[in-house]
Amino acid sequence: MIALLLRDLRLAVRAGGGFGLGLVFFLIVTVLVPFGVGPQTDLLSRIAPGVLWVGALLACLLSLDRILALDWEDGSLDLLATAPLPMEGIVSVKALAHWITTGLPLVFIAPMLGVLLSLPLEGYVWVLVSLLLGTPALSVIGTFGAALTVGLKRGGLLMSLLVLPLYVPTLIFGAEVARRGADGLAVATPLAMLAGISFGVMALLPFASAAVLRINLR
Amino acid sequence: MASIWEYANPVKFVRTADRVLPWLSGLSLTALVVGLVWGFFFTPDDYRQGATVKIIYLHVPAALMAINAWLMMLVTSLIWIVRRHHVSALAARAAAPVGALFTVIALVTGAIWGQPMWGTWWAWDPRLTSFLILFLFYLGYMALWGAIENDDTAADLTSILCLVGSVFAILSRYAVNFWNQGLHQGASVMRAGALAGDTAERVSNVYAVPLFICMAGFALLFLALVLLRTQTEIRARRMRALLMRERMA
Repeated sequence: MIALLLRDLRLAVRAGGGFGLGLVFFLIVTVLVPFGVGPQTDLLSRIAPGVLWVGALLACLLSLDRILALDWEDGSLDLLATAPLPMEGIVSVKALAHWITTGLPLVFIAPMLGVLLSLPLEGYVWVLVSLLLGTPALSVIGTFGAALTVGLKRGGLLMSLLVLPLYVPTLIFGAEVARRGADGLAVATPLAMLAGISFGVMALLPFASAAVLRINLR
Repeated sequence: MASIWEYANPVKFVRTADRVLPWLSGLSLTALVVGLVWGFFFTPDDYRQGATVKIIYLHVPAALMAINAWLMMLVTSLIWIVRRHHVSALAARAAAPVGALFTVIALVTGAIWGQPMWGTWWAWDPRLTSFLILFLFYLGYMALWGAIENDDTAADLTSILCLVGSVFAILSRYAVNFWNQGLHQGASVMRAGALAGDTAERVSNVYAVPLFICMAGFALLFLALVLLRTQTEIRARRMRALLMRERMA
């Protein structure tokens, strides 16, 4: 499993551009928002947590089809399937690799982008915490979507359609933590819910993803 | 009449559906005509809502069936996963567009009702939002069915999507509840209006009786449409198989 993780990480970093793309996309989305809604500082600081969350979610979505599609094309997914590693383990490692290469950088860049949106001072730590808790769920749910559409030509658009509704609960609780944190309110309840969703998804969804992948590899 | 599993045989299913369909459609038509005409023309106007209250006869049954259609898809998907009866998978596929249509009807009539009552076509009220999310789930489900060429693979993948989607739909339902209360309290005034219409207990009998007839009509209509669409799909598949055999020979 560690070998697979290292391989995925190395591929993501070395093979062509995909690594930084999500970050750049996140940056551009965040920069575009003030152009869209106007430069008033109070408005921006009010919507900043939500914008950061939606931006991170979209940046995450952008790189989802790279999780499995490349391995599907060159046949290494078939090799992995016949390896002694259970399929559940494979999809979990894939999700973890996606999180390390996409989710984790997003988490750390988000506070810097918060400056652009004049995020209130109390908000920084909660944006960081909520993204840190929430992005793994995004990766795991995204792996499920990627597994569903892996065999399809032009599966990318379909995958967004399938994955975005599944992102709703995570987004709601994650953005709620960030927003309440920025407003200086108590964050315990949404934080607990976000953690619950995140860990629940991590524990259960790999089974669904593995089942789906087995069907697709049949 | 041994068991319900006999109807997993496509031939038996098609034959029975042929026999039942005229009755079902007739009954549904009767119930809808009686319920809607009674509801629209023979009930008094509400003292506060006026004539707009009569949208209830389309709105509530459509919403009811929109949720039940997803529930039916969930059950048939489970049957497909467990017992691999093709009719079951096809029934799930047949129910999806009908359910999506009912969702749209519920959303649109809700908007038309909301405009005079709440003064807005749309509010990010928990009920409204979760229905919109349900609609998105329907769209994704249908898109996945359409995108995969192999029938069995498509049935497998969509049934798993239906199971996972159900869990997430319920999660979203409660998440949305939480989100709205945390966001804008002002919406609770609007919610009271929605609740008075949405819970049948609070509707007086003058309105309730035609409402129940309409609900029965919508349910029967749903059944008839699903049976018809399943039957059509079975026949289409058989035709495809026959054509293939012809080409092979």
